[in-house]
Amino acid sequence: MKPAAFAYHRPASLEEALSLLAVHGAEARVLSGGQSLVPLMNMRILSPAVLIDINRCRELAYIRREGGMIACGALARQGEAEASGLVAATLPLLASALPHVGVRASRNFGTLCGSLAHADPLAELPSVAAALEARFVIASARGRREVGAEAFFVSALTNCIEPDEMLAEVRFPVAAAGARTAFLEVANRGHGFAVAGVAATLEVDAAGRCAGVRLAAMGAGDTTVRLAAAEALIEDEGLSAAAIAAAGEAARAAVEPTADVHASAEYRAGLIGVLVGRALRAMAAAGPR
Amino acid sequence: MSRARVTVRLTVNGRAYVREVEPRYLLADFLRHELGLTGTHIGCEHGVCGACTVLIDGKTGRSCLQFAAALDGASITTVEGIAGEGPLHPVQEAFHEAHALQCGYCTPGFLMTTIEFLAANPDPTRDQIRQALTNNMCRCTGYLNIIEAVEDAARRLRAQEGGA
Repeated sequence: MKPAAFAYHRPASLEEALSLLAVHGAEARVLSGGQSLVPLMNMRILSPAVLIDINRCRELAYIRREGGMIACGALARQGEAEASGLVAATLPLLASALPHVGVRASRNFGTLCGSLAHADPLAELPSVAAALEARFVIASARGRREVGAEAFFVSALTNCIEPDEMLAEVRFPVAAAGARTAFLEVANRGHGFAVAGVAATLEVDAAGRCAGVRLAAMGAGDTTVRLAAAEALIEDEGLSAAAIAAAGEAARAAVEPTADVHASAEYRAGLIGVLVGRALRAMAAAGPR
Repeated sequence: MSRARVTVRLTVNGRAYVREVEPRYLLADFLRHELGLTGTHIGCEHGVCGACTVLIDGKTGRSCLQFAAALDGASITTVEGIAGEGPLHPVQEAFHEAHALQCGYCTPGFLMTTIEFLAANPDPTRDQIRQALTNNMCRCTGYLNIIEAVEDAARRLRAQEGGA
């Protein structure tokens, strides 16, 4: 299994990378960590004629606070985010999901933006981005635009990036004071694709009541899915055992998972319902972080 | 389709190399075929099995998922480089003593994973070891002897550290 030949470009700046994309975009792929792209090239599922290696565009290597947002450039590695004190302090949901992403050897190189752009419905980061209402900054020589998760994730392995564009940055809102989070997934083994999972955040008011909940599921269909019916139920009825049970049932009914060798669609849907219940109970029981 | 070769400069096990390679040439193939360093084994070639794990600028990476050309300027350590010309590395000794290999195909990858893991976590729990080893697959041993070898390697490295 060896990749097909390609023309290799190594731009030194984002501007140069975008110029190359403007010329070669339709037949090009962007290489950052390569942990999703290179397996596909080795298996010749993808054979791009041109590879644009952005690893020398050092201006994209950052994780930094900008007002109420944490901005992560296209070269922010998953392992760097995992080790980042800033991420631990401001994005507890992302911090708790990262150890589930691939393995140490892949997180050392794989980037946050790369995993998001890969848009695998069984990957962790898309659900984290959906639950946190992250913003995707898409750049091209024509300019920049910003979209949310609903627009970014189109279907399995398909995002909304046009051929001459690339994902330059992802922006996560800093967690509200006292926000509680849960990331739960079930997988057949520590390394490898999950069967299903849930990313969740909960805000609680001074009286201890739910002031907002966001739930996103992975393994729920072609893309990560926000579980709007379950969220509405909790926001209307609070965190009683009955409301949590009803939210789990609403989540199960709302998702349309696919079946594969690891799990049937029914099992995945049932599992998402169970994980929603567990996430809500864990967040209800937790004090402010 | 471009077949143009590009220049790659890599330091491997402390020695500098300059080669002209096709951009699609994977680091694993570069190590084995260009440099004759066949200790790095190739298993699945899509980042799952861990057999080809090496240290790239001190961090474990799958050499089957890295283009050599893209690593221009990097420093690589393979299994040939961990003990130099001297006796076995403490992690190698521990794997030897615990019978943590049968066919040995996966072993170089396990050694590299273990070296990085124990450097970050010198006194791990058994569960932490099991989690760290999800990086790598072994089809012979059933893993138990490997887990014991990593525990023993941790003791050896701590003793070395303490005695140094």
